[in-house]
Amino acid sequence: MTAERHVDAVVIGAGTAGLTAGALLAEGGARVVVVAKGVGSTHLAPGTVDVLGYDPDRVEAPGAALAGFVAAHPEHPYARLGPDAVEPALEWFRAKVQAGPQPGYAYVGDLARNHMLPTAAGALRPSALVPETMAPGDAAADTSPVCVAGMRVLRDFHPELCAANLTAAGIPARAVELEVDMGRADANALGLARRLDDPSFRAAFAGQLGSKLRGGERVALPAMLGLRDPHRVWTELQERLDTPVFEIPTLPPSVPGMRLSDVLRAALRAAGGRLVLGSEVVGGERDGARVSAVRVHASGHDVLYHARWFVLAAGGLNSGSIELGSDWVVRETALGLPVHGAPGPGEPRFLPDVFAEQPLSRVGIAVDAGLRAEGTENVLVAGASLPGAVPWKEGSGEGIALTSAHRAAAAVLAAERIEATA
Amino acid sequence: MTDVLHELLRGSLDHCVKCTICETACPVSNVTPLFPGPKYEGPQAERLRVAGDPSVDHSVDYCSGCGICTQVCPQGVKIAEINAQARNKLKQRDGVPLRDRIITRPTVVGRLGTPAAPIANASARNRLVRVATEKLMRIHRDAPVPSFAGRRFSSWAKKHSSPRTGRKVVYFHGCGTEYYEPEEGEKLVAILEHNGFEVEVPKQDCCGLPLQSSGLFDDARKVVLRLARALAPHVRDGSIIVGNATSCTVMLKREAREILSLEDDPDLKLVSERTYDICELLLELHDRGELKTDFRPVPEKIAYHAPCQQQGHGIGKPALDLFALIPELEVVEMDARCCGIAGTYGLKQEKYEIAMAVGADLFGQVAASGADTVACDSETCRWQISHATDRPSVHPIDLLHRAYGLS
Repeated sequence: MTAERHVDAVVIGAGTAGLTAGALLAEGGARVVVVAKGVGSTHLAPGTVDVLGYDPDRVEAPGAALAGFVAAHPEHPYARLGPDAVEPALEWFRAKVQAGPQPGYAYVGDLARNHMLPTAAGALRPSALVPETMAPGDAAADTSPVCVAGMRVLRDFHPELCAANLTAAGIPARAVELEVDMGRADANALGLARRLDDPSFRAAFAGQLGSKLRGGERVALPAMLGLRDPHRVWTELQERLDTPVFEIPTLPPSVPGMRLSDVLRAALRAAGGRLVLGSEVVGGERDGARVSAVRVHASGHDVLYHARWFVLAAGGLNSGSIELGSDWVVRETALGLPVHGAPGPGEPRFLPDVFAEQPLSRVGIAVDAGLRAEGTENVLVAGASLPGAVPWKEGSGEGIALTSAHRAAAAVLAAERIEATA
Repeated sequence: MTDVLHELLRGSLDHCVKCTICETACPVSNVTPLFPGPKYEGPQAERLRVAGDPSVDHSVDYCSGCGICTQVCPQGVKIAEINAQARNKLKQRDGVPLRDRIITRPTVVGRLGTPAAPIANASARNRLVRVATEKLMRIHRDAPVPSFAGRRFSSWAKKHSSPRTGRKVVYFHGCGTEYYEPEEGEKLVAILEHNGFEVEVPKQDCCGLPLQSSGLFDDARKVVLRLARALAPHVRDGSIIVGNATSCTVMLKREAREILSLEDDPDLKLVSERTYDICELLLELHDRGELKTDFRPVPEKIAYHAPCQQQGHGIGKPALDLFALIPELEVVEMDARCCGIAGTYGLKQEKYEIAMAVGADLFGQVAASGADTVACDSETCRWQISHATDRPSVHPIDLLHRAYGLS
């Protein structure tokens, strides 16, 4: 048997695109439920908002570069969305962070220029809109000496490696190691962030760190400056150490990514939207070109969510939302929508160089100019489900996610208004 | 019973990409190093658990079984289920303490305690008795234990005759309602009858969840199959089963079939498919325009916590949408994962402190909410929340019952 629910819109996927689309639809007055197989990629990504980092060389001014990028890549999501659509999406995001659950926490930057943020390997990575807690690391603005602090208990972060490569890149850096007792042999950045949310722990931590610093050094720490109260953790450390402090993104779990997820979930909740995790969409019901419901695999019985609109933001090949079968056929797994960008019969699927653009890289759900999935009237596509982009290589993932989610939600709300007035 | 893992669970292992999302969500590993985390215990350690060989370590017993890891996994790995099976293997090897044989049998405890309720309840509030119980039984002296009602819901149900409307629903009330909170059952029946249902209450028993979560799988299988045999005949006509004990209904819906490897039992399958959480049913009725909405104002501020096991249904938080129908009711949704109790986990001497640390986030949010009352769908969670926050806690149906003017 099947349980049945009726809402205005169903969003599939709980990453940046899905949560944003859900929040916007709810803010627009729709009864919306976001369903997802699990938590989205937010918890794995660095938590920055990358708009355009490479084309194919490093981009300094993403806003200025977008027009040329779009002209050169007419099938890219940015070409469908238009370069001017990005800034309003970033503006909405900044406002949600400000109203979000972490008091005082902010993102800084805009489309005028990319920050150059040190990675855990000591490379520099371009990003447009970044957590305030990462901003003092911006090598485009500051190349003064850096002290990279690691902890033995955080085994995935190697301060010596980071410092050596930063030095090679022209930023004098050295490494120090702090002793932190976590009661276990190894801990991750999240465990440390939770400890730093506690004022007494952070006082002791700052004391130990301060004793190892030399004058005129900025301090780089793995991204662990608090989950609930990062603004206070960051400001307090800077005050106690009397020098700029910045975070470097870590291997997962990503604390800044979790903060970003918390911001978007809070926005969804504040607007009255609902989130159902652990619920895989296993199919849909169609009435010609209209999808009338999606079938969600829940406990005991499936739940059929009837809605007028569906936004598919479940990710691409990486999330498993699009899969390459053993028969070498590429499929979209939730609704069986047509895909675009797959190599043709007989063409190579993979190249030997893992960092090359793979022939499958640009696969996504086939959409029209308005992000409507091919062959449907009421399914819109957002984020990494869209074809034509290679986000990890372009440094464009969050820009595409936020902007396409805005476009998808706007299309739904505009159509609903027309239906309401008709 | 075979100790070979179910294909479904074991097969899901290879979907793990070590992304750590489960580790970010695990309420237990985030407060104690005694449990190294769901990924470490599950998809990683599982590869070292060779069929027939003992489990590789004892820390899996510190898993509370809340199931959050499975809910958040974007790859569909059955982490909590794998860990539950590993715990069972551990118990088979090392034996089960007497305590776990007793507190996992609410029917036995309930039948013994009900006729002696005044004495039993006084004892449970007596410090000396509790200290002695802690020493003898390793049940923590401060752990929240409920009071026996001194009467049984089923006795009330036997005398109660539901109006014959021809629109039947079968009520699975669970042990909490039977022995401790019979008034909850009466309220649920009143709400369903108010909406035109004829409520049938078959003779029934425990769902086996406490046994399962303590690793006593053989006993849990016997108990849940006995329940399935009792309920199945009542739903062969197409009726549905509804329950207010959200962890017991999720046991019937999914956990018994997956964790206890009872996927193929026809009675359990039927019962599993036809079982509804009470709020899930009422919201579905509302969606169809079939729920009466003659709600009176309830001018109160409440905090709402959706328990882990309620989230395990995969139905979202239907209570929130139902609350929104009640005029003047102000609801503050809690954004904490778990209260810590996890059924009987937080009663155990060695786990009480962990359970309280797990719940600290929720308790802090409740205090900060300014709400006088906490609403929550699971009885053991409510007892824990009331114990820790000194606030009364109610099932969502209590508020609906009041708003309907039935109390």
